[in-house]
Formats: sequence, C-alpha cells, structure tokens
Amino acid sequence: MLAVLQIVIVGAGAPLLVGALRTFKARLVGRRGPSPWQPYSDLRKLLAKEVVVSTTTSWVFRATPYALVATLLTAALIVPVVTARPPLAFAGNIILLVYLFMLGTFFLALAGLDAGSAFGGMGSSREVAVAALAEPTVVIAVFALALRADTIDLGRIVERFGGEPWLAANPAHLLAFAAMFIVMLAETGRLPVDNPATHLELTMIHEAMVLEYSGRYLALVEWASAMKLFVFMTLLANLFVPWGLTEPGGPMPVFIGILALAVKLAVLTTAVALLETAVAKLRLFRVPELLAGSFALAFLSLMAVFVVR
Amino acid sequence: MTRLVYGLVALLAVAAVGLGGYGMTGGAGALRLPWVLPLGGLELTLDPLGGLFLALIGFAAIPASIYAIGEADARRGHFAYAVFVTSMCMVPLAANMMTFLIAWELMSLASYFLVLHDRRSKESIEAAWIYAVMTHAGLACLLGGMLLIGADVGSSRFADWRTATQALAPATRGAAFVLLALGFAGKAGVVPLHVWLPLAHPAAPSHVSALMSGVMIKLGIYGLLRVSLDWLGIGPPWWGATLLIAGAVSSLIGVLYALVEHDLKRLLAFHSIENIGIILLGIGSAVLYRAAGLEALAVLGLIAALYHTINHAMFKALLFLGAGAVVHATGTRNMEAMGGLIKRMPWTAACFLVGSAAIAALPPLNGFVSEWLTFLALFQNMRLEAIGQNLVFTLGIASLALTGGLAMACFVKAFGITFLALPRSDAAAHAHEASRPIRVAMVTLATACVALGVGPTLVVPAFGSIASAVLGTAPEAIGGDWLTVRVSGQFASLSTAAIAVVLGAMFVAPLAALRLGGASRRTRAYERWGCGRIVQTSRLEYTATAFSNPFKRVFDFFYRPTKRLDIEFHPESRFFVERIEYENPTRSIFDDWLYRPLLRLLHSGARAAGALQSGSANQYLAYILVALLLMLVLA
Repeated sequence: MLAVLQIVIVGAGAPLLVGALRTFKARLVGRRGPSPWQPYSDLRKLLAKEVVVSTTTSWVFRATPYALVATLLTAALIVPVVTARPPLAFAGNIILLVYLFMLGTFFLALAGLDAGSAFGGMGSSREVAVAALAEPTVVIAVFALALRADTIDLGRIVERFGGEPWLAANPAHLLAFAAMFIVMLAETGRLPVDNPATHLELTMIHEAMVLEYSGRYLALVEWASAMKLFVFMTLLANLFVPWGLTEPGGPMPVFIGILALAVKLAVLTTAVALLETAVAKLRLFRVPELLAGSFALAFLSLMAVFVVR
Repeated sequence: MTRLVYGLVALLAVAAVGLGGYGMTGGAGALRLPWVLPLGGLELTLDPLGGLFLALIGFAAIPASIYAIGEADARRGHFAYAVFVTSMCMVPLAANMMTFLIAWELMSLASYFLVLHDRRSKESIEAAWIYAVMTHAGLACLLGGMLLIGADVGSSRFADWRTATQALAPATRGAAFVLLALGFAGKAGVVPLHVWLPLAHPAAPSHVSALMSGVMIKLGIYGLLRVSLDWLGIGPPWWGATLLIAGAVSSLIGVLYALVEHDLKRLLAFHSIENIGIILLGIGSAVLYRAAGLEALAVLGLIAALYHTINHAMFKALLFLGAGAVVHATGTRNMEAMGGLIKRMPWTAACFLVGSAAIAALPPLNGFVSEWLTFLALFQNMRLEAIGQNLVFTLGIASLALTGGLAMACFVKAFGITFLALPRSDAAAHAHEASRPIRVAMVTLATACVALGVGPTLVVPAFGSIASAVLGTAPEAIGGDWLTVRVSGQFASLSTAAIAVVLGAMFVAPLAALRLGGASRRTRAYERWGCGRIVQTSRLEYTATAFSNPFKRVFDFFYRPTKRLDIEFHPESRFFVERIEYENPTRSIFDDWLYRPLLRLLHSGARAAGALQSGSANQYLAYILVALLLMLVLA
C-alpha cells in the first residue's frame, strides 16, 4: 500500500512541483507565467506525438528513458516520503540512493553520446563532470548525519532527529543542510549550475544531453527529471526537517505526512525560486568552485560533529 | 600444440578452483618436499585465505585460457603463459620463505616475457624493461624484509612467524613491515610504485593483460594482507593509517589518469590502480580497527576488501577481454579511432557495458556491493576515539566517493566513445564480432559480475568465515537473512536482489503503461539534428579528448597539461587553413618529481663509484686488503 502511495505521490506530484516552481519564478519577475498544471499538458502532448529516432543510435538510446524512470521510481521507494518507514528501507540507504542517481546519469550520458552529435556529447561530458564532483559532498554530509544518528538508514535518521528539539540550532545540521542544498541544485540542473529554461545555448548541460529525444521518450526523460527534483527535495525536507513523519499505522499518520510534505516542499520551492531569480548562471568552469565550497561546508559539518562529541 | 597447452592450463585452472574452494570452506592440506629446494624445501599448505586467492586465480584463468584458444595473437608465448599461471597458483600456497620467493620470482619472470610479446615494438621493450626493474626492486625489498624476520625468529616457515613475531622489537617489526609492504605494494601497483603497470599491462596480449590486471596484482594484495594481518600479528595504528592513506591516494590518482587516457587498454590498467586503492581502503580500515580492538569492524573491513578483490578480478578480466576483442577487430587501441562498434559487435558491447557498469559501482552489480561495504567499514570510524584516525578515515571516505563519481564518468567515456555513435575510422566501420570462444569467455565473466552483485547474502558469509579465520575472531559485524545483508545491527542494510527486482519491474511498468494507455507508438528514423548542416560525418562527433576536457581543466594542478597548437595556413590567404595539429598532453608528477630525480641521483652515484674501478690490479689488491682488515677489526 505504502509503496503504491509513495510512487503515486512522487510520480504524480513531480510535474506539479516543476510547474509550481515555474509559475512562481514567472510571478517573481512580473510575468503571469503558465499555470502550475502546465507540465501535465506538456507530458500528455508529448506522449501523443511521433518519435524521431536518429539513424546513428543503438538500443542504448531507446532503453535509456525507461532505465532512467526505473532508477527514479526505485529511488522513490527508498526515501521516506510520508512516513518514517519507506517500503524499501531494508534494501538500501542513502549510499544506494546516490548510486541509483548515478545509474540514471550513466545511461543518460551514454544516450547523449549515442546520437553522435557534438551537442549530446558536450552535455554528457558536463553532466558527468558535475555529478562526479558533487558526490563527495553528499557522502560526507550523510556521514555527518550518520555520525550523530548512529545509522545510515534513512528512516532511522528521520526518527532519531524527530525527537531532537534543538535540531535547527545545531551547527553540524545547518552546515550539512547547506551543503546538500547546493548539491541538489547541481544534481537537478538548477541555477546557478545549469539553466533549465534554455534550449539553445552553449552553456547548457542537461538540456544538451537530451536534445535528440522526442515524443514519448522526451516525455519520460522530462518526467524523470521532475521526479529527480521531487525526490531530492523530499530527501532534503524530510532528512533535515523531520517533523510530521511517524511510523506508519492507519491513515492518520499518512495524512499528516502528506500535509507536512506539502508544506515543506512549498517552502523549499519558494527558496529555490527566489534563488533562481536572484542569481545568474555560473560559468561552467566556476561550477567546480561552487561544488568545492559545498564540500567544504559538508566537511565543516563533520568537524563540528567530531568536536562537540 | 599451442591449443593443447592452453587447454591444459584451463584444466589446471579448474583444479585450482576446486582446491581453492576446498580451502575456503575450511579444508586444510599440506605438502612438504624438503629435498626439492635448499633452505627449508618446498612446502605448500592450504588455508582459507590462500584458498580464496587460489580459487580466484583459477576462476580468472579459465576464461583467459579459453580466450587464448580462440585468439590468433596467442600462438606465441604459450610456454611462458603456462609457467605464469602455475607459479601464480603456487604463491598463495607457499608456506615458507624459499617456496614463496621462488614462486613469486617465476611469476614475475614469466610475466616479463609475456609483456615482451611484441619483440619488435620499442614501446613494449621499454615497458618490459621498466617492469623488470620495478619488480626486482620489489623483490629486493621482500627479500630484505623476509630475511630480517627470518633471522630474528630463527625460522623461515610462515607458521612460526605467526606465533613469534608479536614478541619482536617494535623497530624490527616496523622495518620488516615497511620492507614487505613496499615489495608487495609495488606488485599491486600502489601509487607511487605504479609506473610499470600502465606500460606493462597493455603491452601484453589481452588474455595475459586480463590475468595480470585481474589476478597478478591481487597477489600483491594477498601479500599485503599476510603482512598486515597475519605474519606480523597485530600491528600498531600507523600501519593501518599508512595503508588507508595509500589506498585513498591510489584510488584517486588511478582514476584521474584513466580519465585523460585514450588508449583503451591503458585506461583499464589505470583503473586497476584505482581498484587496488579501494581494496587498500578496506585493508587499512581492518588493520586500524584491529589495533583499536574493534574486532567486529576489522572483520567488516576485511570482508569489504576481499569482496572487492574478487569483484575487481571479474569485471577487470571481462573488460580486458572485451578490449582485446575490440583491439583485434579494429587494429588499434586508440579510442578516437573507434565508435559505432555496438552495431558490429553486439555481444562484445553488451558484455563491456555490464563490465563498465560494474566497475563504476552501479547498483545492482558487484562493484556496488563491495564499495558499499567499504563505505560502511569506513563510516563506522565514529567508534574510534582518536581524532587523528577519524580524519584519516574521512579522507578515505571522501576519496572513495570522488573516485566512484569519476569512475562513472570515465566509463561513460570508455563505452560511449568506443561503442556508440558513428565509426570514426574505416577499421571501426568494418569491425567484426569476436569469435565464439571469446564470446563464451566474456559472457561467463559478465554472468559472474551479475551473480556477485545480486547474491551478496550468499557470498558475504563465505568471506566472513575467511576473514574471521585470518583475524581469529567470529564475524559479528554482518548478519541478515536470505534477502538482506545487515551491517552492525541497525547501522545499515542492503538487498541488491530486491533492488534488481524492483528496478526490473519499474523498467517494464512504464513500458506497459504507455502501451495500454494509448500513447503514440509512431517512430520515425531520421538523421540526428545537426544545426542545419547537411553533410554529417563522424568528424562532427564528440571525441574522447573533448569529453575529458572538463576534468583536465578542473584538475589542472594535477595534470599540468601542456598545449601545442600548430596551424599551417594556405600560402595565398590566411583565411584558409591547410592543416591543424593540436596536442594537449598531460605530464606525470611522478616521473617529473620522483623517478627522474631518483634516476639522476642513481646515475651520479654510479659515476662516483666508477672512480674506484681504475683498472690497476695493484689497486684492486689494496681494496681486498682493506676489506679484510676492516672485517677483522669489526669482527
């Protein structure tokens, strides 16, 4: 039951999250912008369209959209979404999550190379560079959390921190949150690392890689990108602000969990929209500096844990 | 005749797997023939750790020998190959110094001749020469370390060392550790003793490269395990810290070099350095935990190291055989001249993809499981109350994470540039699929990678019993049931089998949903989008050089790339370019800052010593007299 619910929340909620983010950004710069429900219409339209597949491509190109969706739907079962006991908690933890994202990136980057155009290759090369440089931050930040919770099981970390009243004032916690927030921006292709709104700019990363996709394949890739944002934001929200998540038991905790998630995601979306309106995209070769900065934050968080121990 | 030899080696390998498996499950055996060798005689014993490595050698040698039967390139060198495999099988069984060193040296010599396979190529002569020098420097260290212990303990049998070394003076023990660790680390290819590895492995024929990279360097790991956990007893923390730091540095530097390498086989050789580093992270943590008395965590670290050792042997052998098939089909090792091979060589491509995903530690394959265990072993340093050691562990965690990401990037490049898009040369356009024995060998190894990935619940307890036999404790760090591996109680759990099933279901579900939901199924094959350009050739493709350029720029303090741009204009007008040459090589900091100064020092030392050799007989007689007097005075 919970498994189906989590998949439905992530799968169905992801386009709304992206739509809301776009609408809010448009309002911030004084445009009316599209309705938050626009991504659903986009997906439906794409699903009805014909697919154009390059003659140079192989089965890797055609399998990738499905593989990508599979990694994210699996990830949706590992993250605590509405309760502190995700259905696949026994099968893995945060390290598995990180490597599942890598699996998706791996296939997507291969698909980018498969068409044999310079654009796709460029996007792939940049995407894997960003993904590789972001990884140490995630792992060190998680280590800082695990150190205090004495487990790397996501559900147990949530439970452990749910009972800690002074969580928001803990320097280790705040530093780890900041580090993970930067990684989220990088991993999901948001400003200032990548610009999700452009299609024809040489500075782009993710959009260049998926340039050859069309029709239902593009729909799947876009849906997967939206889910990645959703899963990452949920992870950030529930791991660092674990309020409202309890053990499953009856419909009430689930209801509260959904409500809490909605509130937390709304706050995070606002933060991302404000940030994206305020900052410009970084030059590609400045991105490693940003990621190094996030690593430094994660490392400081870890040191804070060691010192106050 | 050659086929017969390879067939016999394959049989020997099967026997090695059987014997090794017997040893792993607790079977013991001993063979002693004092008259064969001086100083203790030939002595072989079978124990769990030796059994594991013996089985590993056998398991990798079976597909390699099958491959050699199908490979025209393997006509020569069958005798050296047979000696190579046999001596490798002897190393984990050797029970005294003499047996060990003779097996070790035979293995080195046989592999030297195999590296020198192509006797006309200057490159392979140089590779073989550097390999010979490095491996013998290592042998000298081993000999020194072993004689040091042997003299103090008064026995050359390893069984006696185990009981006696704990009582040795710390300085002697430390010196022996350093010497032995240096010797074994050189064979394992630990940075900065790795220089021979990226030269020697690609020079050998592919089935030998697979064995050298998959198994021979693992015997260096075997030696390091024996030294740090077995022969010398429980060591002080600096042993473990040294191994951990060496592992962190090796893993990172190996993958960084691999990223900018476009020779397919050399890229794989650099990844061997990386994976040796990952194994060392596990060993280092085991030694440190053991020194602190945390036996359960030491078992965990050792399990992670052993698991990764086996995994690396499987996927690296697979990748080397795949690379061999590609090199055979295209006649080049340069990735920039490949491309589009997935259409001409579907079997090789599929197997290489499995190997790539496994080495990049992607779930649910085997590389992921062992890296996960290594992470878990490193994470639990919180149970140590020493901030310095905690920092060393943190270094290991960060480098392992970065290594994982960079390895993924590197294998996107290796697979994508080699197998995808359009062929970049005529040879690649007319490549042919590998022959049947080669395909069988690759599919076997790919299956092993998948099985070791989804079946950790069966494999981990086996490694657990080996680890506890080495450390002399019961494995309490790892539990679980048929589906789940559980580490340290509530700390973490993993079930790659469940992940594999869920991933498969989630792969099929959208496929079925789109079919049933009435999504459009119209598909049109058309040219890729080329910015309006009409003629599209493979020259417009992204190259391996371009792919790795972001990394070259990010890590330029390490690569120190030099750029050379040579443009020749048309004599009539500068707007027409006749020829462009672009070179962007990296410089090795180890060559520049370690080996060259060392060689210079050696040369000047030799020149200075050359003054002694005047050619005058009287002077030589005087030397003898002085030496004699000195000895009398000292004695």
